[in-house]
Amino acid sequence: MSQIFEHISPADFFYRNRDIAGFSNPSRAIYSAIRELVENSLDAAESIGVPPDIFIRLTRIKESGRGVSVYELRVQDNGTGVPSQHIPSAFGQVLFGSKYRLKQSRGTFGLGGTMAILYGQITTHHPAHIISSTGDSRIYEYRLSIDIRRNRPIILQRKSLDNDHKWRGTIVEFRLEGDYFRAMPKVLEYLKQTAVVNPYANITFIDPRGRLYMFTRATTSMPPPPKETKPHPYGVDVEMMQRLIQSTDARDMLTFMVETFHRVGKSIAKNFLKFAGISPKRDPKKLRPDEVVHLVQKMKTFDEFLPPDASCLSPLGEELLKAGIIKEYQPEFIAAIQRKPSTYSGHPFIVEAAIAYGGNIPRKGDIVLFRFANRIPLLYDEASDVSWKIIKSINWRRYKATPDMPIAIAVHVCSTKIPYKTVGKEFIADRPEVSREILFAIRYVARKLQKFLTRVEYKQKELRRLNIFAKYLPKIARFSTDLAEKKRTPNVDKLIRSVKRIEED
Amino acid sequence: MRKIKPSMKERRKRVLQALKGLGEKIYTQIEKGKFPWIEMPSRSTDNIYYDPELRQYILGDKKIRRSAGNIRHIASFTKLVWTAFFVRELTRERKTSTLRDLYYSAQAYEMSFKDQAESDNIITDLETVIGHAREDFNVFPEERSAVFGDLTIEYNVPGYEGKRLNLTSHPDGVMIGPALTSADFVRTSADKVIAIEKGGLFTRFIEEQVYRKFNAILVLTAGQAPRATRAFIHRLNTELELPVYIFTDGDPWGMHIAMVIISGSANAAHLRDLTTPDAVWSGVWATDIVNYKLPSDKLTDVDIKRLHELARDPRYKGELWQREIKTFMKIKKKAEQEAFSRYGLTYIVDEYLPAKLEGEA
Ligand SMILES: Nc1ncnc2c1ncn2[C@@H]1O[C@H](COP(=O)(O)OP(=O)(O)OP(=O)(O)O)[C@@H](O)[C@H]1O
Ligand SMILES: [Mg+2]
Repeated sequence: MSQIFEHISPADFFYRNRDIAGFSNPSRAIYSAIRELVENSLDAAESIGVPPDIFIRLTRIKESGRGVSVYELRVQDNGTGVPSQHIPSAFGQVLFGSKYRLKQSRGTFGLGGTMAILYGQITTHHPAHIISSTGDSRIYEYRLSIDIRRNRPIILQRKSLDNDHKWRGTIVEFRLEGDYFRAMPKVLEYLKQTAVVNPYANITFIDPRGRLYMFTRATTSMPPPPKETKPHPYGVDVEMMQRLIQSTDARDMLTFMVETFHRVGKSIAKNFLKFAGISPKRDPKKLRPDEVVHLVQKMKTFDEFLPPDASCLSPLGEELLKAGIIKEYQPEFIAAIQRKPSTYSGHPFIVEAAIAYGGNIPRKGDIVLFRFANRIPLLYDEASDVSWKIIKSINWRRYKATPDMPIAIAVHVCSTKIPYKTVGKEFIADRPEVSREILFAIRYVARKLQKFLTRVEYKQKELRRLNIFAKYLPKIARFSTDLAEKKRTPNVDKLIRSVKRIEED
Repeated sequence: MRKIKPSMKERRKRVLQALKGLGEKIYTQIEKGKFPWIEMPSRSTDNIYYDPELRQYILGDKKIRRSAGNIRHIASFTKLVWTAFFVRELTRERKTSTLRDLYYSAQAYEMSFKDQAESDNIITDLETVIGHAREDFNVFPEERSAVFGDLTIEYNVPGYEGKRLNLTSHPDGVMIGPALTSADFVRTSADKVIAIEKGGLFTRFIEEQVYRKFNAILVLTAGQAPRATRAFIHRLNTELELPVYIFTDGDPWGMHIAMVIISGSANAAHLRDLTTPDAVWSGVWATDIVNYKLPSDKLTDVDIKRLHELARDPRYKGELWQREIKTFMKIKKKAEQEAFSRYGLTYIVDEYLPAKLEGEA
């Protein structure tokens, strides 16, 4: 018997392993599809500095039995739009994307949106419908399906229309099988949290029952867009090094170092090459494979490289983070912190955290955690997430917080490379550099909460105190008047006022 | 037959005056814009002393101050003032209230007591402040005891003012309730008081006409004598100048029933006129158990522990007490009053009682 070897395309691979991309069952499929398209839309609007306007509609087409139905999902945005020639690949080819560059964005793999369309095609055999314009004179409209075996788009129809109103944006519409009603709580929670962490976005959702959910922006101010950056020496592996060498124009190692890497100047490059024992005059393209390996190893141990700067990151900032939570939860108290940029394995990252108390924050019998990564809410596998572990390790009584209180903590990690554990982007792995920053951030806002709770406790105690005097003094006056056989009850208002230690507000 | 000066109207006036005085003090303090406060002797154990001269417990000089300006005091301060207000109404209208009634009555004024223990405690505070027992301001506990004998009293309670009653009128005896407690003594032919612990023997004594044979007023304490009963015995002893003999079971508990009538309890150290220091414990003694060969039970561990406590108690300094405690410990036996029935139902009256009364008289 001979073994059969075959090659499978990336599309085929991801189809066979669709659970790692978040399409493991009908309910999860609905959630992931909405999420991937919404995130693409947010990226598309933010990358040109426009406050996103996103319109989502999920329509039930027909029942397929056992709670599963065929739905049509349509997501429209006001983002960049996709240039006509890229539309087929962007939506019909796995691992094709515009976000591989080194700057913070939601998308990273060139997989998410296409995976949703792929899943739809497999479950419904219905082509995807894409309409997009970059704001020029034409609007392009495509009907596409994916050749899974070859990982290629098949263009079924292409139209070009006049763009009289200079519309710019993208509409993605396709069908998929799923179970909205089981997915509903997570979908709504996802949209709400997305609204929290993107307070400058308008998000509208019409669900299959015809219900309208509107998340209206609280501000039009957006965090400064991230700048693209060069790779940091600490974050480079052999594979990447080989690619960098292949694509460089530099003729010698010194120039190569300075031109290719982030924050490497002439003197640092010189020192490093000396440390690595490689002549600055060497032609990078002529390095032997063992020298490339050696170079990468030395890079990791050289301690004079400057830490990466964070201009490639786009954190929300304390004010926007607060604004998002206030807009969705109207808490009585909120505090936020943005930690200084830091790095893990050469990847810059910034941790932001907020704590909120009261208002519409639910009392769950435990702290409510909102996890965000590059402005994406993470909803699944909370217990495996580093932030959750950190919250659990903190002795909250020290901060006067008890489980019955309505307390929410939001943790936002932004990085050029979020240390996700899976491509499903659901939880953040436990990297010591990252978890330390999260711990410090949470501790900081927890101390702010403690101050607030102490003040509240003091006020309540004072109020109780005042109430006790206000309750009893008039009675004493009344009974003693009667006992003493007097006519007029003495006035105790002055006495009551004299015990007041705080101003009522 | 002796004529006695009525005393109860006078006492009522003093109580009302004291309550009014308390009210005036507080009223004036408030009028001056001050947080009212009161001071009273501390009833904590380190301020309770046995006074050998008075032959009862008294409070020392330590004072406590309750101020309405103190968040921890103001609630109980108010409740004290309310209690004063409430009992003044009672006393003025000559109505009575049980401790339990009073506990519930507070709720109508939106300042409920936590439990009856709290309201009882506030009443004790008021006793301490105005120096009168609660029975004087018409608050009574539930338990009741009884009296039988040739004593004519005159009621002061509404509807019965001026009405007289001879305390032999009822073969079951007359309950020592609020009405009797506030009645004045008019006349008596008795020349002694016999206090009895148990109802069975009290009835037997009435049936056997002990009150006539021995010229005695019989008082049933029904176990540990309620304060109204102790106050009543005190009055029989002081106002009528009658000697008092106490018969209890022959065990440490019976002995202590007698002692509380004689010397009072530490709980009432803030009060006077509840004790009868000259009253005599006439039995059943430990030595009686031996001398009369009474049927007996073994002392239990609890009994023995109690005897050790009593041996150290300053009230038990007297020779008789120490002798009896020692005898109990030696024979390790106890006997009930009913044990005399072994010699026939009338033996206790015909033989034992005369011998005892003679021995003490
Ligand atoms: N709404 C949109 N507007 C503009 N461009 C889009 C939009 N949706 C997708 N694209 C383009 O299509 C590419 C592929 O999208 P896809 O979601 O498959 O991958 P990605 O967003 O790059 O990475 P990830 O797998 O992390 O989502 C994107 O990189 C982007 O260039
Ligand atoms: Mg994407």
